[in-house]
Amino acid sequence: MAKKHITTTINGDPTEFLCDTEQTLLDVLRDELRLTGSKEGCASGDCGACSVTLDGRLVCACLVLAAEIEGHEVTTIEGMAVGDQLHPLQQKFLDHAALQCGVCTPGFLVAAKALLDRNANPTETEVRYWLAGNLCRCTGYDKIVRAVLDTAAVMRG
Amino acid sequence: MAAAVEKIFDDTVTDRETRDKTLKWVGTRAPRPDGVDKVTGRAKFGADTYLPNMLHGKVLRSPHAHARIRSIDMSKALALPGVKAAVNRDDFPDHPEGAVQPAGEMVIDYRDMTRNIMAREKALYEGHAVAAVAAVNERVARQALSLIEVDYEILPHVIDVEEAMKPGAPLVREDLITEGVEPAPEEPSNIAKRVEFGHGDLDVGFARADVIIERSFKTQPVHQGYIEPHACLASFSEDGQAELWCSTQGHYVARGHCARLLQMDVSKLRVTCSEIGGGFGGKTVVYLEPVALALSRKACQPVKMVMTREEVFRASGPTSGASMDVRIGATKDGRITAGEAILKFQAGAFAGSPVPAAAMCAFAPYDLENVRTIGFDVLSNRPKVAAYRAPGAPLGEYAVESVVDELAKNLAIDPLEFRLKNAAKEGSDSSYGPKFGPIGCVETLETAQKHDHYLSTLKPGQGRGVASGYWFNIGGQTSATLNLCEDGSVALVVGTPDVGGSRASLAMMAAESLGIELDKVRPLIGDTSALGYNMLTGGSRVTFAGGIAVHGAAVDMINQLRERAAATWDVPIDDVEWHGGQAVAVNGYKDQEGPMGMLDIAKDMAKSGGPIVGRCSTNAQGAGPSFGCHIVDVDVDKETGKVSVARYTVIQDAGKAVHPSYVEGQYQGGAVQGIGWALNEEYIYDKNGKVENAGFLDYRVPVCSDVPMIDTVIVEVPNPTHPYGVRGVGETPLVPPLAAISNAVENALDIRFTELPMSPPRVLAAIESAG
Repeated sequence: MAKKHITTTINGDPTEFLCDTEQTLLDVLRDELRLTGSKEGCASGDCGACSVTLDGRLVCACLVLAAEIEGHEVTTIEGMAVGDQLHPLQQKFLDHAALQCGVCTPGFLVAAKALLDRNANPTETEVRYWLAGNLCRCTGYDKIVRAVLDTAAVMRG
Repeated sequence: MAAAVEKIFDDTVTDRETRDKTLKWVGTRAPRPDGVDKVTGRAKFGADTYLPNMLHGKVLRSPHAHARIRSIDMSKALALPGVKAAVNRDDFPDHPEGAVQPAGEMVIDYRDMTRNIMAREKALYEGHAVAAVAAVNERVARQALSLIEVDYEILPHVIDVEEAMKPGAPLVREDLITEGVEPAPEEPSNIAKRVEFGHGDLDVGFARADVIIERSFKTQPVHQGYIEPHACLASFSEDGQAELWCSTQGHYVARGHCARLLQMDVSKLRVTCSEIGGGFGGKTVVYLEPVALALSRKACQPVKMVMTREEVFRASGPTSGASMDVRIGATKDGRITAGEAILKFQAGAFAGSPVPAAAMCAFAPYDLENVRTIGFDVLSNRPKVAAYRAPGAPLGEYAVESVVDELAKNLAIDPLEFRLKNAAKEGSDSSYGPKFGPIGCVETLETAQKHDHYLSTLKPGQGRGVASGYWFNIGGQTSATLNLCEDGSVALVVGTPDVGGSRASLAMMAAESLGIELDKVRPLIGDTSALGYNMLTGGSRVTFAGGIAVHGAAVDMINQLRERAAATWDVPIDDVEWHGGQAVAVNGYKDQEGPMGMLDIAKDMAKSGGPIVGRCSTNAQGAGPSFGCHIVDVDVDKETGKVSVARYTVIQDAGKAVHPSYVEGQYQGGAVQGIGWALNEEYIYDKNGKVENAGFLDYRVPVCSDVPMIDTVIVEVPNPTHPYGVRGVGETPLVPPLAAISNAVENALDIRFTELPMSPPRVLAAIESAG
């Protein structure tokens, strides 16, 4: 079957690629574009390790077909820091030791940023429910939730 | 020279309190060297490496729980355009009976391992690898799998451990004679081994008891649940040398397994560990790695293999489910007179469940005169179990700590007070043999008693539970190198994959021992060609054994630095000491132009004798056992049977917390894994022996909204055999939660659960039957 040509924007950069129609956005990000910061933990939308935003909306890249992003904007973990400036969430994750193995971390950061973009002052419960689609097996979530709440406080100023 | 070395060790072993006050890095919450890579997506995990000309490998897995493999025909698959290689049992040499090697906390039997990575005579569980292909892409590889013809003779299967032990049960292995029984049984069975530990006389002990409580418990197997599936990339060249990149807890161990399974020289295989996306014991063995190497050897191209989540559930891990009988007697004043536990553990399709460790740990928190634990290692048609954080201990202690709780209640004694009355302490004979050295069992219990959580009042309807937990911790073979760079900075090379901050803690100990700034130490994990042997990351050993190796390498480097300074100054080496990262002349000798620091010595290295490399290769002994005590409050929804954790506190002896944030992280993560084990996680099998919930939607690990903040208290009873007092911390946190939560549910409902998980349907049924 002929591959499909897709024109899109990824992390602000105009991007073109060819994909099979069965390939997911995650497959293309990783295997074609080598943006391997998005991880495959389940390929079924249960773990959130491949969280990206599509036109600002939080999605699992494993549940989006690559062909669907034609003309849309995708942001991945690789687009979070600006130059050498980490996003406050990235810095707070480090400060709070909110990661152990780190494989779920990109997904948590993308998801947490999507939360703070909508809600600058979330409660602990709101953070916990927003992040309930992201699995972490190492940390028990405590330090992740603290990092997100602390970031929100700092970003509110 | 000797004097200065001893001085460093003297400082670290004696007069610890004074020394602790002078520590600059150990005990701080320093930045993590691999942190930025992990928050930016730059860190490379198992599936993140790509090579030119790379193929994709996929595994054909048995759809049957138990079946004889009559034949495998791969010809159609090999004829498919784009397929470059295929392998099955014929591509892996057999290994004789008894080809056994200890590996971390488990024992590896290569006869079994080669059968586990690729089925030989029989497929022994659903998901068992039967063949594999390598093709130009995943789609072609999957298509090729569908063209492989396997002729199976389906056999009766057995899943449950009690069923598997019955006479006449389907035999997983037809010639298995139980080990550890005298005289040896004449008939084969699924019972691979019987073990026994203990001392004293149970009859005498139980005769002295005023109260005896006896209960039977049952648990289901649970998976380690690492978020990163198994992944590797193998590249075999035509001359027989090979490289392997993989996500593993031990790349030296993986190298040894693969070389043996493929019958190649260990030295010809270079293994690089990727960042590891969780392991918890489950990445201490190999699954895909030897298969990818075998495919690559045939195809003469690199082969990448990545498991799907479904494959992870069906074919890797889990840990054992168990059936356990516990009987404990005590006097009216709360002194345990005798304890007995009989533990029957599922090993999966091959022998080697963690039942020996479970039997050893079950009564470890107690100082008992009369104690006996018996364990049975039992085969069934499930995946071979792998280590999971304190392998076996959570189960044995779940059963014992539940009965201990019931005894305390029966005797109307506070459960912590009851444990303190019987607590193991320095000099106690452990229930499994050795006498305990300095341990923190009493300290954790006393800390719990005084903790605000324990003193707080429960809300109406809530229940509170406590439980103790124990794990040995291990040392083992470890190597570390410190390379002095020409600008005075130091490259630290270690050989243990970093699962949760060990690069930080090892670099901190290196900077501390050298007396230099932490940001002058750059820690890296070397591949298998970089260092001497390293045992895997497991047994809570890395900060302990790695710390000994790093400190040893620092002492070696300091001695060389002193030699160079002494030669420069032309003074005897014994009159040069190392203080605050500098060589200083003493005993009346004057250092010329002041003390010499790392940079002063480094810049003239070439002239003064060449590169300065501090090395230590050791088999670290004296790991400090670790005790913990957990306190948990639960709410139970009587309409749905859902148990929610309202408050949780982990108290554990770390010996010394090198990086307290990552020690807390171990405590918190272990507690939440325990919450999942206690309340939700289980393998569900259908009547054909197939797993029905092989995915994260149906195998439900705790999510963020399921749990509260996890409070932690780090108790520090130093381990005298470690330069900084470190015990291991990674595994003990998973030992107490099962019992602590069960005890809390009992406290809330007045119903004693003896089966895990306490999932909503099970809890609701119990509430309804209690009326």
